[in-house]
This record gives sequence, C-alpha cells and structure tokens, in this order.
Amino acid sequence: MGEFIMEESILILGIETSCDETAASVVENGMLIRSNVVASQIKSHKRFGGVVPEIASRHHVEQITLVCEAALEEAHVTWEEIDGIAVTEGPGLVGALLVGISAAKTLAFAHSLPLIPVNHMAGHIYANRFIKEFTFPLVSLVVSGGHTEIIHMPEHGRFELIGETRDDAAGEAFDKVARVLGLPYPGGPEIDRLAREKEEPSPLNFPRAWLEEGSYDFSFSGLKSAVINAVHNAEQKGEHLDQADVAASFQESVIEVLVTKTMGAVQQYQAKQLLVAGGVAANGGLRHAITKAAEEAGIELVIPPIQLCTDNAAMIAAAGTIDYLQGKRANMGLNAQPGLELVNI
Amino acid sequence: MNVLAIDSSNITMGIAIANQDIVLGELITNVKKNHSVKLMPAIEYLMNETQLKPEEIDRIVVATGPGSYTGVRIGVTIAKTLAWTLKKELVGVSSLELLAQNGRFFNGFICPLFDARRGRVYTGLYRSKNGDIIKEKEDTIIQLSDWLNMLNDLDQPILFLGNDVRLYEHQINECLGKENVETHVTKNQSSPSELAWLGMRKRPVTSIHNFVPTYLQLAEAETKWLAKQEGK
Ligand SMILES: [Zn+2]
Repeated sequence: MGEFIMEESILILGIETSCDETAASVVENGMLIRSNVVASQIKSHKRFGGVVPEIASRHHVEQITLVCEAALEEAHVTWEEIDGIAVTEGPGLVGALLVGISAAKTLAFAHSLPLIPVNHMAGHIYANRFIKEFTFPLVSLVVSGGHTEIIHMPEHGRFELIGETRDDAAGEAFDKVARVLGLPYPGGPEIDRLAREKEEPSPLNFPRAWLEEGSYDFSFSGLKSAVINAVHNAEQKGEHLDQADVAASFQESVIEVLVTKTMGAVQQYQAKQLLVAGGVAANGGLRHAITKAAEEAGIELVIPPIQLCTDNAAMIAAAGTIDYLQGKRANMGLNAQPGLELVNI
Repeated sequence: MNVLAIDSSNITMGIAIANQDIVLGELITNVKKNHSVKLMPAIEYLMNETQLKPEEIDRIVVATGPGSYTGVRIGVTIAKTLAWTLKKELVGVSSLELLAQNGRFFNGFICPLFDARRGRVYTGLYRSKNGDIIKEKEDTIIQLSDWLNMLNDLDQPILFLGNDVRLYEHQINECLGKENVETHVTKNQSSPSELAWLGMRKRPVTSIHNFVPTYLQLAEAETKWLAKQEGK
C-alpha cells in the first residue's frame, strides 16, 4: 500500500497431473499463492501399495475441470485476468501428464492465452520462492519418489545438474524398505515416524555409498539391499529385528549422504542460498539434519512447508512465471515428456 | 447451432464442425495413434478454416469410447474442458454407436467392433430403422467366440464394421457362414460429421465435471485386486 506506481501483476494458472495429484493453482508474480487446489488420489492407490498409472489417469479426467474451477474461484479471478497457462510437461507418468496437458492446451486455445510448458522438477525448486526470494548462485537438493538431484542455479530459469542418483531415487528406497518392514503405503512418512520415535541409538549400521571422490552422484540400491538382507537374515534365523532400529539406521544412512554431498556442492559453488525441494523434503529427519548443517556452514536455508514439498500446481505456476517472462512458449502440439530432464545450461 | 465434433477414441482421428445440417468442415486421418500431438492443432486448423472463434461453438460432441484408453481420455478431456470453460453444451456418444452409423442404409443387423486383445472385442448390436440407428444390444467387451455364438441365432444378415474386422474375418466367417456376413472397406472408419449429426440430436450432459470416458472395463490392477478380495 502507499504505492503510487501500479505495477501490473502477472497471474499464471498452473496445472499439474504428473503422478497421483490433480492440481490447479493461481499464482501472482511467481511469489504469491492466490489459490492452490490439490485433489489427492492417495486413498485410491493405497490398496495397491503404490500408484497404478491407469487408475491415476482415470482420476485425473474426473477431477481436472473441478480443480481448475476451484482454483479460479478461490483466487477470485476471471479468465480475462489470467496471463498464461503453465502445465507440467514432464517428467512423470505419460498418461497422467496427458490429461493435464490436454486441458491446458484447451484452455490456452479457448481464451487465446500463452501456453507455458514446465519441468516438474523446476516446479519443486520454485516452491521455495513462496517462502523466500532467490539469491544466486544457489544450490538445490531435490529429493522425491522419482528423483534425487543436486542442482546449481546461476540465475532464474537456468539449471545445471551437478549430481543425480545412479539407481534408485531416495524416495523409492524409502518405499521399498517400508514394504520390507510391512509398513503401509506411502512408506516414507512411516519410516520417518519410526525413526523419530526411537530414543536410543540404533545398534544397526548400514553402508553409505560415497562413490568416487568429488562426485555429487548418489546410489541407494546397495543400502536398500543391505536393509533387505538384514531383515531376511533375521527372519531366517528366527531373530527379532526391531522395526524402529531398521528404520532409524536406514534413514540415518540416506540423510548423512544427502546432507554431506549437498553441503559439498554449496561450498564448491559458493552458493548464497540452499534450497530443499521434493516430496522427501517433508522428511523430519532430513529437515533437522540439513538445518543443522546449514547453520554450521552459515548459509541461508529454505525448505518449503510440507504441503508445498509434495506435488502441487502452485510450484508449476511459479516456475511457469519465470518461463513466461523469459518468453518460453509451447504450441498446440505440446506432448508429454515422461523422461524430461532438468538441464539447460 | 454450431457443433464441434471430436473423435480420438481409436486409431481414426476425426473432427467436424457443423452448423445445423450443414457440415462446414471435416478432417479425418487414419494413421498411427498420436492424438496427443495432432488433435489440438487439427481442431485449431479446422476452426480457422471455418472462420469460427471458440466462443461461437454452441455444442461440443465427443466420442466417449470404448477404445484406446489414452486416446479417449485426450478427446474427452479436451471436450469437457472446452465445454466447461466456455459454458457450452456437451454431448457424449458411444464410439460403437458412432461407427454403426456407417451401416445406416443396411438392411439387417449392424455389428461395429474394435479389437480389445486376447480374443476379446468391444462390440454392440444395432439395426437401422427409417434411417436412424437403433440399439439392439448394449455395448460390451466380450470374447469374440461367445459373441459370435450369440449372433448365430439371428435370422438376418449382419454387417460387421471396423478397421479391426479384418483381424477376425476368418473366425467370423467360420462361425456365421459367409452368406450372412458383409463388410465393406470404406465403411470401416468412423465419420466425424456423423458424430456431429448424432450429437445434435442427443441431450447434453447435466454435469460437465462428472463427464468421463466409457472404458467398459476396470483397470487391470483393479480387476486383480477385486479377485483377490473375493478369494479372501
Ligand atoms: Zn514431484
């Protein structure tokens, strides 16, 4: 208030359907959430112990216009005020992505609006901009069910991949270990809960995969196998293995590698800011450990609140706002890119 | 009334724009399924050619399946999003009923079919009456052998329609005898202007939000899960 020069604000409608959340959101200037609607399918997939792609696609068709309508209503905006439609182009499940893309193309066509394709991982990173404006260069750790990446950003809209997983994503390892322990889906939060309930240190010690000196890549398959073997060996010998011990040691191993490598990247790139993004950023153990490490290193840390760590469309609209300003556009031939990578430097 | 008709439920991609009984434009391709890339540009092209703006469309008609899950979802998502955002009428038409229109002047039964793999077909039974197509049996997914046994009891010739008929021609002839069966190659793909024509005569849906494809079967994971529950 008290501003005499009226800056025209940019309103972007974001649409996200890459996995099992149907989401739409209106974001102002890439930093202010006007509405953020998510229709979660988690209850439907729970009985299968994981996301079933065909069922996810079916739910997206049921929800897509409902979430778009709710996003516009909650934001109190009309189509005349919207400046562009941002949609997740990939990575994700192809059939699921296509529902959001088809809807986004139709809306862009119907209202003669620019269509902006957004990388889902860029979206996760930009969820942080709702909390704090970016300071460059920055380093971001992106951890989810499908991804474990360390990304260096010298400026808005530019991403350099400096480390990634060579096998399982961190979230994937969490889910698999949870399954072996007989924990309900989704397994990540269950392991986190067990690990946090644990008061004494766990007697178990699982390996850490550091890989070659100076590498920022990850590998979690060895750790996963070690956990599975430990559980099976105990079963065969008829020994009791404490669930919480396994969960705590496994989580500790994952977190130590994630945090150590991320802090190494922060130092090498002389980052001014450290961002954490993706579904696994909701993990309490990771939040605690990286907060401590960032404090010790004296670097500004940004972690979004949990509802912005999991998939949502506000983050797509936020990343899409940068693409919009940088003139990135798609035409009506836009297709889903299930294996889209985040590298453009 | 301007009608936009969209069919991406099977390999054929069809779009038509009609004003009452005049077809203003029609576009059909019958190549590999890449509706995700081709459908919206084709709609955009046809709208430009017919010089219509999106808000000048009064009704959107879409083939709701059965057919390719992904293909039908693309068409249905585009149709329902367009109808919702522009506050227009929306009509869904069975992809089998649409194909059956090609037999409008045939004297006998009309059997449209699409391959559903593992010996099964999506099919239904129709008949022409004064130029209109009347449904005789509900659309279904069924083992072709079971379906043919049922058709064997019919006392009139049957016209089989669909690009996939050739896959089963031998089996059909063997079961029904050649004299009862007719097919014609140019009548095997659905016509989008027939879709517009059909859609003009049907009642629009009452809830655009609830509009979904007609899959005729559960997702495979769900079928397996249900079977497991019953076994418990
Ligand atoms: Zn995600």
